Amino acid sequence: MFEKLAKHRFLFEELVKRDFKKKYKRTILGMGWSMLSPLLTLLVMKVVFENFFGRNTAHYTTYLFCGNLLFAWFSEASSGGMMSLYNNAGIFSKVNVPKYLFLLSGSVRTLINFALTLVLFFVFCGLDHVAFTWRFVLLAYPVATMFLFNIGVGMALSALFIFFRDIDYLWRVFLQLLMYGSAIFYMTDGFSPKVKFVFACNPIYRHIAYFREVVLEAATPSLETHLALASFAAAALILGVFMYKRYNTKFLYYV
Amino acid sequence: MLSCQNVSIRYQVGDFKNIGLKEWVMRRLTGRYNVVDFWADRDITFSLDEGDMLGIIGTNGAGKSTLLKAVSGIMEPTAGKIDRKGNVVALLELASGFDGDLTVKENAYLRGAMLGYTRRFLDETYASIIEFAELNGFEDRPFKQLSSGMRSRLAFSIASLVKPEILILDEVLSVGDGAFRKKSEAKMREIIKSGATTILVSHSIEQVRTMCNKVLWLDKGRQIDFTDDVKGCCDRYEEFLAGRK
Repeated sequence: MFEKLAKHRFLFEELVKRDFKKKYKRTILGMGWSMLSPLLTLLVMKVVFENFFGRNTAHYTTYLFCGNLLFAWFSEASSGGMMSLYNNAGIFSKVNVPKYLFLLSGSVRTLINFALTLVLFFVFCGLDHVAFTWRFVLLAYPVATMFLFNIGVGMALSALFIFFRDIDYLWRVFLQLLMYGSAIFYMTDGFSPKVKFVFACNPIYRHIAYFREVVLEAATPSLETHLALASFAAAALILGVFMYKRYNTKFLYYV
Repeated sequence: MLSCQNVSIRYQVGDFKNIGLKEWVMRRLTGRYNVVDFWADRDITFSLDEGDMLGIIGTNGAGKSTLLKAVSGIMEPTAGKIDRKGNVVALLELASGFDGDLTVKENAYLRGAMLGYTRRFLDETYASIIEFAELNGFEDRPFKQLSSGMRSRLAFSIASLVKPEILILDEVLSVGDGAFRKKSEAKMREIIKSGATTILVSHSIEQVRTMCNKVLWLDKGRQIDFTDDVKGCCDRYEEFLAGRK
């Protein structure tokens, strides 16, 4: 796979560039907007939920931002990834190129977008008087596992979308559900052990919790947390690669 | 160099496209899920040596384009075996597959990358690509503003730089109008002469007669003939066409 990737490096670079240009329409405003929109979401959530959940919480803004930051990334990467095969059908039905290139180029674009928002996040941490510690370096770990997790989910979804075009709507409903189920704006302390177990099985929540632990509590997450994040990424990747391997030659008949 | 042994390709036709998950589940449950197998190609066998030029003839729907997709590796044959030595470049439906939002230059690089060129190679040849396509002054235009003639000119101009061992052409011998048509035909002949093994699909029997040394005749997915008696086969094909009218 890596050999192939090296061979197609030039194509890959051009695809990343294309995705970028199409996303931001070559304007500074386009880039600014992609940073502004998470801020607006944050503002709305803060106004709406601060009175309910934020009263007894220190750094509630940062708490919210942790959730929004990671959920927005997953939401964008999975929805965008879903279209990556379909939108490039005109290419892979005429030229023999590895199909995962399209998904990977999209993933790199969303990763860069995430990095921009992450910078903003650190600025807000500063404004919110969060103490910066050496532990912030640890954040690279959930970013890496989340990146791989997104790739896996994107692969599976993009394959499914080729066969079932209404997955799009179902996925949006699911994302909505996931948003409410990932403790983005509320705390999980008061729930029963059963509900807590459900949270523990939610990959998005676990990534968010990792961020909060490092940023807000200045603590090092447990080994179990690290293993869990890695297993989520591995499971998603295995599923995605399996779908591509299995259906690689069939996509052509459906587009 | 290239050989196909008993290659068969099956398509599925029927209700399965664009029905969505809900509909699919419903039809599976009610037993109204109809999928019919359709063999686009059946037991095609041929082999080519270095420098050969194969013409594939047949009416619409004979399975020519599908066979080319299998030979170029875009599609896997349902049955049979394809052996290829050397890199294959297929030029199929050239003018499509560009991105309307990108500029001419960006599209040229993207297309070049798809055809397997290196960045350095494109940097070196970019000027001559634009020159040949007669698109000077249009380089920073969004692609959607180009006329269809301009699009196919650019497509041809990029594609004509290929140096493959096996070249596959689907009706792309000549594009554009008047002067460009001549220019592109000359260029194409040049590529073919440079020694590549070539497969050509053409609706022009004359082209096949004058250029090819082997011919494959397909009809409704079946192989009618594969021979190096180009003249004889073309004669019979023309009789067949006349008989159908």
